[in-house]
Amino acid sequence: MYDKTVRRRRAVLGLLVVSSLILLTAYFGESGGGALRGVQRGTSEVLNPVQEGASRALKPVRDLFGWFGATVAAKGKVEDLSAERDRLRGELARQDNATFENARMAKLLETSGALGLGDYGPKTGRVIFQSPTVWYATIRVDKGSKDGVAVGHPVMNEQALIGRVTAVFRGAAQVTLLTDTTASVSARAGRRNVFGLVEPVGAGNPNDLLLRHVPPGARLNPGDRVVTRGTLSDSDRLPSLYPRGLPIGVISRIENEGTDTQEVHLRPHADMRSLEFVQILTRPQGIDG
Amino acid sequence: MSSPTTQLVARLVGLAIGGVVVQTAAVSQLPIAGANADISPLLVMAVGLLCGSLAGGSFGFGVGLFVDIVSMQTLGVSSLVLLAVGYGAGRLREARDPEGTFVPLAAGAVATLTFSIGFALMQFLLGADSPVSWPLLRQTLATLVVNALIALPVYAFVRRWLLASLPEDPRRRRRRAYTTGGLSPLSRS
Repeated sequence: MYDKTVRRRRAVLGLLVVSSLILLTAYFGESGGGALRGVQRGTSEVLNPVQEGASRALKPVRDLFGWFGATVAAKGKVEDLSAERDRLRGELARQDNATFENARMAKLLETSGALGLGDYGPKTGRVIFQSPTVWYATIRVDKGSKDGVAVGHPVMNEQALIGRVTAVFRGAAQVTLLTDTTASVSARAGRRNVFGLVEPVGAGNPNDLLLRHVPPGARLNPGDRVVTRGTLSDSDRLPSLYPRGLPIGVISRIENEGTDTQEVHLRPHADMRSLEFVQILTRPQGIDG
Repeated sequence: MSSPTTQLVARLVGLAIGGVVVQTAAVSQLPIAGANADISPLLVMAVGLLCGSLAGGSFGFGVGLFVDIVSMQTLGVSSLVLLAVGYGAGRLREARDPEGTFVPLAAGAVATLTFSIGFALMQFLLGADSPVSWPLLRQTLATLVVNALIALPVYAFVRRWLLASLPEDPRRRRRRAYTTGGLSPLSRS
């Protein structure tokens, strides 16, 4: 009787291990529109309304815990913010003049503002899902194909670019954040418009990004702003997924400066760990696109 | 009328679906000390401790598969790691039958650590381009601590949820045996 139980237990265990390995292998071998991904999409399609409901229902609980966390974190940020405030006051005085001229130019060009996001068809969505593991920096938003959302659309929060849409359902969209190990955005930095690729430092590091492929002689300084470049090539065949000039972050430090191994670190403007509402730019090429 | 086994399976399915939905819709969106709690390994550990290795392993496989499907992750990764967690917790019950109040806490910490390391290992084997950095270790450690803290209430909830369908709860069995005068370790001598 005991032997039978042990044999049964081992058989089930072996069967489940083999099933996992078969799933893994099949998932890797199939194309983007394969059967297993179809199952994932179908299940997600069914569960999205449930998750949306659960997300709304559990919001008070999240807010309560978030309040405790925010209070503790705010104390630590006071000193940093005071120093930044002093620095920004000085910068503000210098920028006043430039802003005045910029406003005149904007009026002249009939743009709707510095970023002009209105032209990009922004759709505001609520975050209804967040990946439970640090290895996948993904969220899901309650706006989908019925709202005009498509794969590749850039996504912003109220502060900056946070990622792009990588899967679309009827009433929801999966967004891969800039901190995901697969993410990469062409960007420009500093006043001299140095080009590079913004990529994550690694998994589990939401406050640090890298600006890669920057020429060793490029003149960059901590504090320089990094924005989307807006194009991948000089031809029209490969247009960028991201509009030009969307804010990404600020250069925080440069390691091995001036050498071939230099690493330009930047701190993203957006806090990727507390996203609640986001904007999906459904016309990334603007009105003409 | 449904049999106890059918009832138990139904409750386990409900627990898996409810647990994953709560995890992705609320718990993952709550950063605590720079990390998030992950209740999946805790649920699997609790089921393993209460129901044994067969149920624990199967539940771990199911929860992992569901997490992978819902999160659009690589299928098979979470199921393989959580299968090991559930089986391990079940074997702990079958081989040692631990009784202490803080057993779920220690088991929860071990389950979380096993899941974190196993998942990371799988990601590296699958070619994830990420170094083992201090922030990654810090997040893993923070998740471990937070999970250990919530392991006891999660275990208590799972035990309460499954109690009516459990064929033989070790503690109930032992208590009943002592009070009826049989099977006490003292009576053997």
